[in-house]
Amino acid sequence: MARAVKTQRKAINTALAWAVGLLIFFPILWTILTSFKTEAQAISDPPVFLFFDWTLENYAVVQERSNYMRFLWNSVIIAGGSTILGTIIAIPAAWSMAFVPSKRTKDILLWMLSTKMLPAVGVLYPIYLLFIKLGWLDSRVGLIIVLMLINLPIIVWMLYTYFREIPGEILEAARMDGASLREEILYVLTPMAVPGIASTILLNIILAWNEPFWTLNLTAAKAAPLTAFIASYSSPEGLFYAKLSAASVMAIAPILIMGWFSQKQLVRGLTFGAVK
Amino acid sequence: MGRIQLKQVKKSFGDVTVIPPLDLTIEDGEFTVFVGPSGCGKSTLLRLIAGLEDTTDGVIEIDGKDATMLPPAKRSLAMVFQSYALYPHMSVRKNIAFPMKMAGMDKAEQDKRIASAAKALNLTDYLDRRPGQLSGGQRQRVAIGRAIVREPAAFLFDEPLSNLDAALRVGMRMEISELHKKLDTTMIYVTHDQVEAMTMADKIVVLHAGVIEQVGSPLELYRNPRNKFVAGFIGSPRMNFIEGPEAAKHDAQTIGIRPEHIEVSTTEGLWQGRVGVAEHLGSDTFIHVHGVPGCDPMTVRVGGEIPVHHGDTVFLNPNLDHLHRFDAKGLRIQ
Repeated sequence: MARAVKTQRKAINTALAWAVGLLIFFPILWTILTSFKTEAQAISDPPVFLFFDWTLENYAVVQERSNYMRFLWNSVIIAGGSTILGTIIAIPAAWSMAFVPSKRTKDILLWMLSTKMLPAVGVLYPIYLLFIKLGWLDSRVGLIIVLMLINLPIIVWMLYTYFREIPGEILEAARMDGASLREEILYVLTPMAVPGIASTILLNIILAWNEPFWTLNLTAAKAAPLTAFIASYSSPEGLFYAKLSAASVMAIAPILIMGWFSQKQLVRGLTFGAVK
Repeated sequence: MGRIQLKQVKKSFGDVTVIPPLDLTIEDGEFTVFVGPSGCGKSTLLRLIAGLEDTTDGVIEIDGKDATMLPPAKRSLAMVFQSYALYPHMSVRKNIAFPMKMAGMDKAEQDKRIASAAKALNLTDYLDRRPGQLSGGQRQRVAIGRAIVREPAAFLFDEPLSNLDAALRVGMRMEISELHKKLDTTMIYVTHDQVEAMTMADKIVVLHAGVIEQVGSPLELYRNPRNKFVAGFIGSPRMNFIEGPEAAKHDAQTIGIRPEHIEVSTTEGLWQGRVGVAEHLGSDTFIHVHGVPGCDPMTVRVGGEIPVHHGDTVFLNPNLDHLHRFDAKGLRIQ
């Protein structure tokens, strides 16, 4: 009897999980499907789900009209660069907060996180002016720095959570063994925290890859990443849903594939500390 | 060389003073044990010497040089931690090599020292394993190996045996003692176990609430404890303390007599009592006697096996040559 109830509950939970999963995935699925429709089918009412004339035409047009590889390369440089730079800065910061906390460490962490609650548009004007002054508009360097700063609080927080799980005695042992601070972080802390650092890096690549606000506002043509590539298809010349969808799929495909292959790391990163 | 001198060393955490100003000298080559109950500041004192904690005040000298402000890496001390603190991502070989790598020692010399340390510590077959694949005793040996290869001025041990089971502990205790005889290097060893202190130390420092109660050789502390705390802490089973009229007869507030300095008789004696629990160990018999005025229960240790049981009436004769007398403040009366 008890077993029957248990099995039943498990079945309900599984069904619920699938339902929620499909609900979340549906927009992406719909985008993918739409990208294979003709423009007419894309806006047909009632909408067609699977039974339409599958076509690759949209991809061909998108490929022809814009230089996908250039946008992709910009995205790779900007997302990768900002994440690497952020991680290099965040590791020592998280080290000091995790292993030599002061009375104000908690406050600093919260203050850092609070900057994420600020509406980005609130600082658009000053940052835009700064970019003009520095000559960083439409440059990859400028975007790398801005995205790094935007995501830095999250990188520090995640690494801080990981580092706190590492026993302090091991770092003290390294100190006793003659390691300088740099050597302690490089040879002992970082290798021990590799899983944590990996999931932090993954999450931040995704965040930077998908970041639309700054990438759209601070770039024009030269440094524009895939977000701008998508945006260029939501044009005032009329709604071309199918082509917009094709562009979207091309933009998210690389990150989706990366995410798929590193699911384990990502889940661990996102739930770390929450579950044992 | 490894002479360590603490001059008026003080440690506070915020408003709480854990170690009031304290002076201590540890001679070169000496095996010194810091012993005391938990929270007495013995580990903090060791960490101050190591440089893992900053002193609030005072001076720490190592071989005559002021080391108070030196980082741990520059003090040429090696430490063995209670949790072993091995680097989990490195093989045993790399763990042992780590301090030499940090010192920039050449590879051939590193390999030579790893081989000799591994041989001395029975680790030769495990050099390519990770710490996670070793038993507790083996991990402790790796930690010791990592400490000895760099030939430090002194070794610091922070309760290194408390994570091991009882049998292994006795074995490792002897290994560490032998290591000390062989290397002849200063060792400072922290423990709460007075048996470890008595068996290993050249010099014992008894700490209580951050204060040094007494410094001396194991037998000095056993024979002439400076106060009631040391008298009660050193020796197992614990010294019996007797208060009241019995103590007054000896012009003292409290008198103390160790369990091994009392004779048991079934016919006559100074004190009379009833046997509560008798523990028969074969080599010894520990008898807990109730009803002795001013001390309940009184513990008696008799060599070998004697036929006493719960409820028996026994007579006790203390050996008055081994009587300890203490005044109202708990200090020894000479």
